[in-house]
Amino acid sequence: MYEFILPNAWLIAFLPFLASALIGLFLHRWPNLSAGLSIFSIGMAFLISIPIALAVFAEPGGAVYEFSVRWLSMPGLTVDMGLLLDPLTAVMLIVVTSIATLVQIYSLGYMEGDPGFASYFGYQSLFAASMLGLVMANNFGQMFVFWELVGICSYFLIGFWFGLDSAKNAAIKAFITNRVGDFGFLLGILFLQIIFGTLSFTALADKVPAFTNMAVLVPVAILLFFGPMGKSAQFPLHGWLPDAMEGPTPVSALIHAATMVAAGVYLVARAFFIFASVPQAMTVIAVVGGFTALFAATIAITQNDIKRILAYSTLSQLGYMMMAMGVGAMTAGMFHLMTHAFFKSLLFLGAGSVIHAMHEEQDIWKMGNLSRKMPITTWTFIIGALALSGIPPLSGFWSKDEILLAAYSSGHMGLYVLGAVVAFMTAFYMFRLIFTAFYGRNTHGEEKAHENSAVITVPLILLALAAILVGFVNSPLMHHVFGELVNSPLGINPHPSLAIMISSSLIAGAGILLAWLIYQKELISHEALRNKFSGLYRLVQNKYYIDEIYTRLGEVLVYGAAQAMFWFDIHVVNGIVDGIAFLTGKSGHTLRYTEDGQVQSYAMYMVAGVLILVVLAAVAVESAVL
Amino acid sequence: MNEIPVLTIALLVPLLGAAIIMGLPATQDKWIKGTAATSTLVSLILSIAVLLAYDRAAGGMQFVETIPWIKDLGVNYALGVDGISIPMLLLTNLIGFSSIYASWNIADRVKEFFALLLILIAGVMGTFITTDLFIFFLFYEVVVIPIYLLVIMFGSTKRVSKEYAGMKLTIYLLIGSAFLLAGLIALFIQAQAISGVPSMDMAFLATLEYSTSFQIIVFAFMAFGFGTLLSMFPFHAWSPDGYAGAPTAVSMIHAGVLKKIGGYGLIRIALTILPAGAAVIAPIIAVLALGNIVYAAYICLSQKDLKYIVGYSSVSHMGYVLVGIAALNLISINGAVIMMFAHGVMAALFFAMIGNLYEKSHTRNIEDFGGLAHQMPKLTAGFMIAGLASLGLPGMVNFIGEFTIFVGAFGTYRVITILAISGIVFTALYVLRALGRMLFGPRNEKWDHLQDLKGVEMVPLVVLGLAIFMGGFLPFTLMDLITNGVRDLIAQIGMLQIGGLL
Repeated sequence: MYEFILPNAWLIAFLPFLASALIGLFLHRWPNLSAGLSIFSIGMAFLISIPIALAVFAEPGGAVYEFSVRWLSMPGLTVDMGLLLDPLTAVMLIVVTSIATLVQIYSLGYMEGDPGFASYFGYQSLFAASMLGLVMANNFGQMFVFWELVGICSYFLIGFWFGLDSAKNAAIKAFITNRVGDFGFLLGILFLQIIFGTLSFTALADKVPAFTNMAVLVPVAILLFFGPMGKSAQFPLHGWLPDAMEGPTPVSALIHAATMVAAGVYLVARAFFIFASVPQAMTVIAVVGGFTALFAATIAITQNDIKRILAYSTLSQLGYMMMAMGVGAMTAGMFHLMTHAFFKSLLFLGAGSVIHAMHEEQDIWKMGNLSRKMPITTWTFIIGALALSGIPPLSGFWSKDEILLAAYSSGHMGLYVLGAVVAFMTAFYMFRLIFTAFYGRNTHGEEKAHENSAVITVPLILLALAAILVGFVNSPLMHHVFGELVNSPLGINPHPSLAIMISSSLIAGAGILLAWLIYQKELISHEALRNKFSGLYRLVQNKYYIDEIYTRLGEVLVYGAAQAMFWFDIHVVNGIVDGIAFLTGKSGHTLRYTEDGQVQSYAMYMVAGVLILVVLAAVAVESAVL
Repeated sequence: MNEIPVLTIALLVPLLGAAIIMGLPATQDKWIKGTAATSTLVSLILSIAVLLAYDRAAGGMQFVETIPWIKDLGVNYALGVDGISIPMLLLTNLIGFSSIYASWNIADRVKEFFALLLILIAGVMGTFITTDLFIFFLFYEVVVIPIYLLVIMFGSTKRVSKEYAGMKLTIYLLIGSAFLLAGLIALFIQAQAISGVPSMDMAFLATLEYSTSFQIIVFAFMAFGFGTLLSMFPFHAWSPDGYAGAPTAVSMIHAGVLKKIGGYGLIRIALTILPAGAAVIAPIIAVLALGNIVYAAYICLSQKDLKYIVGYSSVSHMGYVLVGIAALNLISINGAVIMMFAHGVMAALFFAMIGNLYEKSHTRNIEDFGGLAHQMPKLTAGFMIAGLASLGLPGMVNFIGEFTIFVGAFGTYRVITILAISGIVFTALYVLRALGRMLFGPRNEKWDHLQDLKGVEMVPLVVLGLAIFMGGFLPFTLMDLITNGVRDLIAQIGMLQIGGLL
């Protein structure tokens, strides 16, 4: 059975692609048919992914299958379209197809009545196809192709409500920021092609560790990391992700929390053999990731928009994963990617449920006491928040714990402390949100809200179950089966430590407790706190003014220079051209006077011309003789 | 080897169409347009047939036809196509066919318009399918006349008047051709001195050994001539003004294929015949190409008129072609050829969409628009396809061109290529900003009366869009063919470098 299904794994990406093409070309006049086809195709992709994952997991340590077809080839350059099926890919296939299926079902309810209902599902299918092509890619060329394609799907879906200027601008910002990252990524890929003559992951995995010219490999690895920095929104290319919340909430859940933004982390895992061979690059990854984790967590504490809180939380968690990769814990990073995908998409869909019920209200201070009216949303949301905070035995506990353990045992004490602080802040901001929006004295929410239909709540319940359970796959209870399959010989897999487990749980508990004291019991007035540190608060709430700095720099460096160059082109380059034309015209006027019709003057010119020629000829002969 | 002179037929059908149109009464709009559409369709079908029938295993020049013409000069009416010219032939006819439909709503002096347009298409086609230098030059000169007349008769006046634009286009074309002619004459005389026989046959000329200094000088002349045609920095000033002034079909053909004669000539003539000259001059071209890529992309950011944006953007994209040619290796020249094809279909689609919108709204200023996607979803799709192709999105043929050029050029010019790649960021910036400004955002009631694309207006979008996606999804369809042609060419000049190793 597996022999038959494995070479046909391309169907996983092809079916959603076919659906999107059919919707875009023909079916968009029939919204329900479009949605049905889209959900059917992603559901089929999920069903095909299961036996493929089983086949790959069947062997101890995981099996690897590779298939490819020629796509672009000439002497000296080959880019195949291929399938690399190994445990890493299998995990991503299951994560992407299962969450995408649930999100699309949820969207049936969330996007109901939207004039763009059909095209929404067309874009969703196109995204699913691109993302699945990305995770199955067997070489950097193919990776880059799908990397850009998920980027353009993200652009379309962020800007889905194209009538809003804010959505339009957020979409452009996302694409351009990613392009900046891709500029470096592409350079890194070109270097690999030039140095090693191949882009295939398996071929490179053989060649790179034997390559010792560090002066070349260090910049290459860092250039490659630019791609993940853009895609996974790491500082300083992070600004697009919070703005991406302009897109419909299910999009935020699927693309800007669970899957696409994690592609950067996935790439680092996929190319781990390159990064792990370059200690300097690993340090950069760890520091960038750690800094992003902390930086974004501080902002999350001060935000009031439910989606923005979750967006900064996503940034922070992506930083966490990068930090894990950077300290060498490829398994822990991928494990957190997987658990995060489930609980963060759950949280976003929960937020969407709230927003839907509150008629597009997103300010948590205009909600309050939603738990009375929305029990399923509330409970699933709390499960997600507990998982994210790292409360045992939910999934986030196991994965976060592994990252802290890896930082600690690899001797990165600074990063361990940073990780612990971020864990505390994470628990705090999540429960600040919960106590404000779902409980508390404020009753706006209770007045307006209502629980949503089953098409919305059932995906929430399923994701909540996943958020509780998926963590066990890499727990001692299941003998760390995940780590057995998804690992790198260059990575570290430290032994579990009870002390770290207990301390990280206590830290998370403390964060929740503090949030409870401030926002539920109101023993400490958050208004007083805010007033006391008003300068700092404003700085953080305005995201450290980084967007403003970029905007100002862009105006001067890009648009100012553009104006200057246009001026130069019109007045200098064009001026010279027009000047030459003018001179030609003028000299034509002047020379015209020589055409006076007088035979004598013609004869004189002729004599003068002959004289000049004679002189020239004499000089020529003279020089030839000499 | 072929009984039927396919290339001659493809070349003559538009001319025949033009002759028929001249004979029709001026009031018969439908017949005139029908004739134009039919004759370009025949040429398009024939060029697709050539693409499919070309024997890739055999390679080399095929569909060869030779009729001696001027014995004393060694001039033959010689046609033939290989892996480099077939994509150009296909491009010409894809755009030629689409341009007829993009001009469907022309109401004034219809007869003159379509007759001139068909002559223009035939002239451009001729340059790509001939193997004789003299015939090449002849066709190149032939296109100047219809271009000039079409711009001054049917153009539009915005920043500059159409008369200025037409004059500028023509004079630049002529200056370029003057240098080219000087180079060709020098080449002819020198070749005759070496071999003792007068010949204008490109392949024969390439077999002779010229002195290096001769090669450098003549290559420089040709690089200037062809470079001007390809809007090489700083000789690009004609391009934005010219496209802005020209009517839609002329912009499509000029940006789409005519300027590619420059790149094609550089590869087919200058590079093949004068490789030692190329080796010396190429680095200069590569540096100037940066002026195209980065400088022109920057200027796009400051533009408001859609035609200026696409005009400068085409200057910018030609920089990639120039870098590809200047890197002088198989991969980079492959990239340059497919990039010419890619840019051609993309620019033509862009101009077709702009023309359609301008016809209905009488403005091309992006700031006059906003939210057009509400009223014109199909036009929006057309603009988006062209725009995304222009920024090199994978899945579109332009990505294949850029990627291949980058890989090829990176081995030869490290720093220049890195700077060139930075162009992908600026291109994305100006394309998305301009399109966003125009197509998205709140609905603008002022444009509620605009009708979306319908009927024959869809033809350019479907034909050119299909070419963009086909080339992007299945790049091997064209690329294998191009590799075939470029490999022969490079083997001939003995400069086979693969990639470039560190």
